[in-house]
Amino acid sequence: MTLAISISQYIQKLRDGEFSSEEFIAKTLERINKVEKNLHAFISINENAIEQAKQIDKKIKAKEKIGSCFGMPISIKDNICTKGMKTTCASKMLEDFVAPYDATVVSKLKSEDAIIIGKANLDEFAMGSTTEYSYFGPSRNPWNTDYVPGGSSGGSGVSVSALECIASLGSDTGGSVRSPASFCSVVGLKPTYGLISRYGLISFANSIEQIGPLARTVEDVAFILNIIAGRDSHDNTTIENRTPDYTKDIDIGVSGKKIGIISEMVGEGVDKDVQSATKHAISTFEKLGAECIPISLDSAQHSVAAYYTLASAEASSNLARFDNLRYGFDFSVEGYEYNSYISKVRSNLGPEVTRRMLLGTFVLSAGYYGKYYQKAQKVRSLIKSQLVESFKKVDLLLAPTMPILPFKIGEKIDDPLKIYLLDINTIIANLSGIPAISVPFAMADGLPIGIQLFANSLQEKQLLQSAHALQKTTKLPEVPI
Amino acid sequence: MTKIGLEIHCQLTKLESKLFCSCKADYRSFEPNSNICPVCMGLPGSLPILNKKAVEKAAMLSIALGCKIPPKIGFFRKNYFYPDLPKNFQITQYNAYGPTSIGYDGMIMIEDKEIKIRRIQLEEDPGRLVYSGSSEKTQITLVDYNRAGTPLVEIVTEPDFENPKQVRIFLNILADLVENLGVADPYLEGAFRVDGNISIEKGNRVEIKNVGSFRDIEKALHFEITRQQSLAERGIPIPAETRHWDEARKITVSSRSKEEEQDYRYFPEEDIPRIIIEKSLLDNLKKTMPESIMSKKERYINKYGIPTQVAEILSSDKFYSDLFEQSHTEKNAKEIANLITTDLKGFADTKEQREQLKLTPKHLADLADAVLNNKITRASGKTALQEILKTGKPVSEIISSLDLGNVDDESSLVKAIDEVFIEEQKAVSEAKQNPDTINYLVGKVMRKTKGKANPSLTLDMIRKKLDSQ
Repeated sequence: MTLAISISQYIQKLRDGEFSSEEFIAKTLERINKVEKNLHAFISINENAIEQAKQIDKKIKAKEKIGSCFGMPISIKDNICTKGMKTTCASKMLEDFVAPYDATVVSKLKSEDAIIIGKANLDEFAMGSTTEYSYFGPSRNPWNTDYVPGGSSGGSGVSVSALECIASLGSDTGGSVRSPASFCSVVGLKPTYGLISRYGLISFANSIEQIGPLARTVEDVAFILNIIAGRDSHDNTTIENRTPDYTKDIDIGVSGKKIGIISEMVGEGVDKDVQSATKHAISTFEKLGAECIPISLDSAQHSVAAYYTLASAEASSNLARFDNLRYGFDFSVEGYEYNSYISKVRSNLGPEVTRRMLLGTFVLSAGYYGKYYQKAQKVRSLIKSQLVESFKKVDLLLAPTMPILPFKIGEKIDDPLKIYLLDINTIIANLSGIPAISVPFAMADGLPIGIQLFANSLQEKQLLQSAHALQKTTKLPEVPI
Repeated sequence: MTKIGLEIHCQLTKLESKLFCSCKADYRSFEPNSNICPVCMGLPGSLPILNKKAVEKAAMLSIALGCKIPPKIGFFRKNYFYPDLPKNFQITQYNAYGPTSIGYDGMIMIEDKEIKIRRIQLEEDPGRLVYSGSSEKTQITLVDYNRAGTPLVEIVTEPDFENPKQVRIFLNILADLVENLGVADPYLEGAFRVDGNISIEKGNRVEIKNVGSFRDIEKALHFEITRQQSLAERGIPIPAETRHWDEARKITVSSRSKEEEQDYRYFPEEDIPRIIIEKSLLDNLKKTMPESIMSKKERYINKYGIPTQVAEILSSDKFYSDLFEQSHTEKNAKEIANLITTDLKGFADTKEQREQLKLTPKHLADLADAVLNNKITRASGKTALQEILKTGKPVSEIISSLDLGNVDDESSLVKAIDEVFIEEQKAVSEAKQNPDTINYLVGKVMRKTKGKANPSLTLDMIRKKLDSQ
């Protein structure tokens, strides 16, 4: 039995009796046991997975109504709440936190008989682009374990890539789904803001982030999107999902589509191998019948500055609740008064979280609000309106997901600004709310390169169709671990 | 000149659920920390879901206070650390970047004085801290989050008050108004809380907080004026500060907290998208919201000829005016207004009295009709009302069991009148000279019949007897 199969293959083989859910889960756990010491994709593993698989097999045998996931293993980023399992955000502050409820996306997956195989590693509170800022230690890239897997949903990217699950849910605030997708050679989607409920996603930058699926094929991503998309009465920012089935007509092709190549994201500062992969992707699309034209998006040069201003401002408020008084880690209040206790416990937050909370507190303080927060909002509106203009001319936009190849663990950790700049190609989707996807496209020196496509708001269907067309042209090596 | 402005926190106690979750808005009956959920506890991953009814109630209040309502409202986060605040920020409204609170620029008249309303904002109440003894000396502080997330409106006035008396009148009118609108019961413990800002001529602004009951605000303001004046007389500058009202000592005390220096870092709450306030909603509210106290009062005077003072008492108290509305007809309206404001008042003023009240609108209608149809006298009416309050029995039963029915029968009146003429010879001769004194004799007959004599019949018979003598 191979674990390297797609969702539709999983369902077919399970139906054909090639394996049971229990067998597949057992094999997956075996795989996890084998590779985890090198990869560290997970913070915790579901100890009841086998038992849950047995229940699902029983239902299948008894020909009871069965959910569309048929017991397939899915990993969940550990900033998405799961009832009865720890949700740590890779932070000391939530080391022992068990949410009393499931996030909406989790309950949707469970009701379709998916098995939550484990909670995936991340940068603490999803702040980072390499997964090196996890309180529990970094995840490693399965293509070369000396290298970072991207982040912040690094554990999600690694677990999908290394066959430790079939699909994963990550969260994307500035590129956190697409970055590990690109670095680990899997598909990662950041949906339109509001398409997926954030209820149960522990907020970092609530006006910017979305939960998004990662899987090995575009089709699989579309399958998961079908399950998790739609309005939720627990999240006022959700919108109606008007696309009943994202997998339908997924192989319709790109013939006649207009694709804009974002000039600012393919030139200076982009690694040579990434540049040539991008050129290759463009010519591939042209061969498939699409028309590619250059598009300038000059506001994008301010996107990183605007993003780190706004995201940090929201983070400083969202993370204020972690005062360790109502939940948290074991630390007695004896000997402290209120303020000193809070400041003492908050010193347990990691360096990146601390940096952003300080930054966020600063940009919101009296006298600076207009200078930073409001100015950043203006940049955000400008990016939005430039994108709206672009989508009048083209159906999709294209850029490499990451400007560089994966790099070694520890290589950039001392220079936060360099790490911030890794998000230069992904952030526009978050600031504007539009959907974007990263598709594995090439390899250089044994390391993956992903190509990113953007579509207008709620145009996920078109985005997935084009991404699927691109993925079908690729023949990438099997993961070496 | 003394300038006083107010900030009134009024819980929307008439709502079913909290502002952002489905926990009960009426938290008072719960064991500590049992009226809570992931949302009002601010648990990681939870999101606020706006209670639309709260927006409607707050809009209604804004209309009643003559406020403008912006086409879109929004929420902000007010960031500060406090143990009663589960998220360490409060979701509130904020107008510094343009009006987005539910109401702004309103006005109400108190007597001839215009009090401008700066804004009305919808926000969540924090939890409640419970101390052992006073907050300064407590060894232990307990937190009860049952109240956290309770919907409330903060009403901020301009500093238009010149003295504490105006404040009292304003607060009475406001309390009546919110009650009449059905948005809040201002007399519930902690439901109606008032902070004051006060400055005297050339002095700095002092904020008074922690005034437990809104009746104490007048005392606190009086104290502050005296304190500030005595500082000014001695040439001591009045510092801008926040002072807390010490209920036990009836004085204000400087609170050494750094409240004034606090930077709340307000910024938009993006978990709640801006809410468009449709004109149709406002039109509908205007159509369906309870009649204002002012309009009720005018209707009582103009339609039923109820005296101004009676109309004022009746209209300003929702409980009494509801009783009136449910019991009156065009014919008996005036009599019912009298019964409520002179006879019932005093017996149904408190919440407890009202909850236990055995009197129904039907009682009032029957009683008024009995008086108007001369079945019983007004005096007997009062006795009957007391009996209703005690027993809740029907009016007809009470009239017969207490034998309150009017003595209409001339023969039994003749006997009483004869006796009075014998006993009151001096008054009789006086009445012959001066008919204005006849009432004295009528009163005597009344007393003899224990108030049951039909007054008009008695008067007629006495006149005839005087003429015949």
